[in-house]
Amino acid sequence: MLSILKLESLETLLVTLGHFFIFAWAGIKSIFQRPYRWEDFFKQLEFVGNKSVLIIFLTGAFTGLALSLQIYLGFSMVGAPNLVGPTVALGIFRELGPVLSGLIVAARAGGAMAAQLGTMRVSEQIDAIKVIGVDPIQYLVGPRILASFISLPLLCAFFDFVAMAGSHVLCVYVLEIDAAIFWDKIKEWINPSDVTQGLVKAAFFGLFFSIICTYRGYYTTGGAKGVGESTNRGVVISMVTIIISDYVLTNFIRLYFQVFR
Amino acid sequence: MGEVMPETAIKIRDLRKSFDGGKDFVLNGIDLDIPKGKITMIIGFSGTGKSVLMKHILGLMAPTSGSIQILGTELQDMTSQQKAKFRQKMGVMFQYAALFDDMSALENACFPIKEHRKSLSLKDRNLLGLKKLEMAGLDAKHHYKMPGELSGGMRKRVALARAIALDPEILLYDEPTTGLDPILTEMVDELIKSTHDKIEGATSVVISHDLHAAFRIGDFVIMLHEGKVLMKGTPDEFLKTDHPLVEKFVSKGVRKQ
Repeated sequence: MLSILKLESLETLLVTLGHFFIFAWAGIKSIFQRPYRWEDFFKQLEFVGNKSVLIIFLTGAFTGLALSLQIYLGFSMVGAPNLVGPTVALGIFRELGPVLSGLIVAARAGGAMAAQLGTMRVSEQIDAIKVIGVDPIQYLVGPRILASFISLPLLCAFFDFVAMAGSHVLCVYVLEIDAAIFWDKIKEWINPSDVTQGLVKAAFFGLFFSIICTYRGYYTTGGAKGVGESTNRGVVISMVTIIISDYVLTNFIRLYFQVFR
Repeated sequence: MGEVMPETAIKIRDLRKSFDGGKDFVLNGIDLDIPKGKITMIIGFSGTGKSVLMKHILGLMAPTSGSIQILGTELQDMTSQQKAKFRQKMGVMFQYAALFDDMSALENACFPIKEHRKSLSLKDRNLLGLKKLEMAGLDAKHHYKMPGELSGGMRKRVALARAIALDPEILLYDEPTTGLDPILTEMVDELIKSTHDKIEGATSVVISHDLHAAFRIGDFVIMLHEGKVLMKGTPDEFLKTDHPLVEKFVSKGVRKQ
């Protein structure tokens, strides 16, 4: 943090932040403005959502397996292997599901967004869109933000499902925990709200990485090198933001449940 | 606003642009009038602010000071929505064509039509797009190819088709022949000339450092130097001048041919 402050003076940092929030606001606002960009939205939904399914499947399955094994080994020491199910479920639903899907999709789709918009910027395609009389933020940024915001909770739900399936396979068929006990304990300890709060977090992560990466791409300067830098910084800042905001969001969600439940 | 003479398409007064808060001016008090219905060439050595000037005409950059009037309307007074609407009167061919690389040649040409002529059916839009591609001289077998599969010359043709899609009153070309071989350069020059002749009343503005083209197709030439207008006049006046810098530029350009 200190080195960041050293590199960029506080003023430039504030100016960049202000610039970023203006961009973010313009991007979100543009989703609700006519003409609605349905075609581009569905293209992005396919790209962010559908094309991430395989990698989410693989990550989800192996996260479920590894986590179950570790927790089983730990809980066996204190003689509570029956609680493996709920512990894994809690970890997956509340934390690992949203955070890992957020990180994976930020790297995959966010990187692509920054690179594509960056290339469009340096090859004057964004200028061309503007000159044709189309708002490039509405045309390029809006659909990407909306698609990420919608597909991330869906991907997170898929991650949750696959991870729990993996956990079931390991616990029941390898570690020989009774299937009925495994699911009974989960039902006993886990509330639907544990799942939904993970999904809410995932939606926010989708919002964050899409805005950060499109912002980086949109304001790329300096040719191919600039595109590389934008992609790199977009992905890195998105990942750090996801991890930091995860803690903040978790606290907000806890507060919400304390106040309203 | 009414003060603009009808025969002037673009009127620029004391235009200044600085990127470093007033220390160094890329454009340093430009005054020029671009006549309606003619081909005007804006020429100058590299780094004299030609492209920056064009970005100002397009409203992509805001001037530090000065005024730009296009077809009698002051550009700075417009909101971004008004600018977006106004830009339909202008067509632009960018230096490297700037084609949308996720769209085919036809889709590129149809893009402005799709955005601004929503009442047209898909079929009519495509027909209009095909007509524009034909006008720009793109062979029918290339109409459905992606930009990546097209050669440099074909890309320029698609870019031109996209620029003329909405029958603009002003056509701008940013360094249309930079990086092309002599045969392609001649082809693009011819294309500019023939397109200009085909669109009635169109004003063409070509930003270039290619003197040969300036003298061959230009009705009117403006030379920029160090952010200012160094000389303006007809190609003949440029050939006869005894201004040392212009002479230098002209003699180099002519020798090149």
